[in-house]
Amino acid sequence: MKLKEKLLSSYLAFEENIDLENDIHNIRNEAIKYFEHSGFPHRKQEAWKYTSLNSILKEDYSIFPKKEDTIEYRDIKKYCIHDIDTYQIVFVDGIYASHLSQTTHDKFDACLMSSALNKAKYKPIIKKYFNKVAPQESLTALNTAFSYEGAYIKIPKGVAAEKPIQILNFSTGNEHALMIQPRNLIIAEDNAQVQIIERHQSLTENAVLTNSVTEIFAGKNANVDYYKIQNDKVTSSLIDNTYISQDRDSEVSMHTFSFGGKLTRNNLNFYQNGSNINSILKGVTIIEGKQHVDHNTLVHHRKPHCESHQDYKGIFAEKSTGVFNGKVLVDKIAQKTDAFQSNNNILIDDQATINSKPQLEIFADDVKCSHGCTIGQLDEEALFYMQSRGIPQKEARALLMYAFANNVLNSVKIPEINKRITKQIALKIGVQLGFDL
Amino acid sequence: MLKIHNLHAEVEGEKILKGVNLEINPGEVHAIMGPNGSGKSTLASVVAGNEEYEVTEGEILFDKSNISELSADERAHKGIFLSFQYPVEIPGVSVTNFIKTAINQIRKAQGLKDMPANEMLKKIREKSAMLGMDRKFLSRSLNESFSGGEKKRNEIFQMAMLEPQLAILDETDSGLDIDALKIVADGVNKLRTKDNATLVITHYQRLLDYIVPDVVHVLVDGKIIKSGDKELAKKLEKRGYDWLKEEQLV
Repeated sequence: MKLKEKLLSSYLAFEENIDLENDIHNIRNEAIKYFEHSGFPHRKQEAWKYTSLNSILKEDYSIFPKKEDTIEYRDIKKYCIHDIDTYQIVFVDGIYASHLSQTTHDKFDACLMSSALNKAKYKPIIKKYFNKVAPQESLTALNTAFSYEGAYIKIPKGVAAEKPIQILNFSTGNEHALMIQPRNLIIAEDNAQVQIIERHQSLTENAVLTNSVTEIFAGKNANVDYYKIQNDKVTSSLIDNTYISQDRDSEVSMHTFSFGGKLTRNNLNFYQNGSNINSILKGVTIIEGKQHVDHNTLVHHRKPHCESHQDYKGIFAEKSTGVFNGKVLVDKIAQKTDAFQSNNNILIDDQATINSKPQLEIFADDVKCSHGCTIGQLDEEALFYMQSRGIPQKEARALLMYAFANNVLNSVKIPEINKRITKQIALKIGVQLGFDL
Repeated sequence: MLKIHNLHAEVEGEKILKGVNLEINPGEVHAIMGPNGSGKSTLASVVAGNEEYEVTEGEILFDKSNISELSADERAHKGIFLSFQYPVEIPGVSVTNFIKTAINQIRKAQGLKDMPANEMLKKIREKSAMLGMDRKFLSRSLNESFSGGEKKRNEIFQMAMLEPQLAILDETDSGLDIDALKIVADGVNKLRTKDNATLVITHYQRLLDYIVPDVVHVLVDGKIIKSGDKELAKKLEKRGYDWLKEEQLV
């Protein structure tokens, strides 16, 4: 059975286990209908021109894991940011793992989507926010249809979450191949602040396909600082669909670190719904082998006096392929927009590929929009400079690549993340740096 | 220490050095002056091992061994240092981390272990203080948005840290105001010993008031056409290069 048919029949089974009276059910029904009609994206669609899902869709994925597996903290410790105090919302094969998690309802909610969707007290909030920024697109609709579990985070007005929240999704490999569809909802009300770290990690070499949807709402003057760490096994693929709605004076920054996985597609969408908004999108991609990472970003400037800053850097070795498709849309009303986009790539080997496509659609006339894209090798003059100081060519090359990628880390506000990613970059590049990280 | 014999070099088929002869002994300071485009910077680059230039004839001996075939880093391991006219910006690597990497790579090449962290720190403090550098400067990205003067000071800081046998200073005075020039020159003078040597490449006599040369060479059209003592530099400052060219013709 093809995956699409399997998903459609699984939906019927899914319906048997959920509350059909719930308002959400209509949304799910609409979504599955949409997916039935649209199917999976294919390369004839402009947004998927450079990314083919064929190779990952042919696996025979289990849609629901057959049994719960218990894993211990020691199995996952190295994938967590464990040297600082955080809240953790941990899922194992898509199912909440309470013994690994630390949730809260004290000053704010950092808990489960399944509770939020089913408990009466959350009803007004779900009604207000759930599926309100996620559009009807095939993979997002598919996730919506099966939406049941994920992280639910709500920071009330004026509250600053005192420690970061980690959303961790592990897969155990109990199934030969597993598809999981986490659904996250994050709401930072007016003047609220929160830092979030998200990671998807397989613990074995069995195939995993994650189709994740995250909706983020930043209220007036709210601050959301979000980090996605993508360093999964080369048998796991991730389609990350993130939709961010920002109200006036808010700042949302998203850092995406893509080092692993078989195929990774990041659909990252920012919608600015007030003035004086800042949207920050940063990415470092370092891949090799036959890995594929696709960053498909959208910043929609809908109001005047807003900013967006995009800075994506990629290093591609062997036969790896990268895609950067960055769309900046400036509505006619959005005067005084300051939109910056930069995508720089280094191809290490002849067979590595990057497809970089900036796409600026500007309908306002008083704006500052700039974009730059480079694809190149390392700077020969810089190599000579380093060599003249006694650094051999191999090390000089590695240090330059490290510097190239590391520069994006300046805006990382959690030092432990900075340290880890720096280490990871050094490891990926195979550089022994003559200094502590 | 350095002996250059009949050195010819070209870049992309264009001949730039056309038979340079030069000998520098330990403890000496030599200056090379000459008009724009005479090949001064090329000479500096070729001695340091820039592979962009092709050596077509002649040889470069350093401590009696031919280094013409060595890469730039191998030459640095032997004790050759080039202070760049236009130091390269390397965003993402701090001044401190860069110099640590360089020192430890040189030590590795010499079969030594990494320099202990406290020793490194002490040395960095000492040398940066000597050049009047702010501590904050050390944690900035290498040369990134440095002023012209800061870049040059940073070059001399690296020289102070690496303690080369032969330091080649390529237009170190350009972009420096008089106060910065004094600090940099003072630093270079403090680093002088009877065992090391300095080759100063400059347009202007000004720098040579502070770093006083033993020998001054005039490079014109890829050849050294005259050598003399420091008075030659003063004469050049006053009279330019044309009289020399004429003298040559006669």
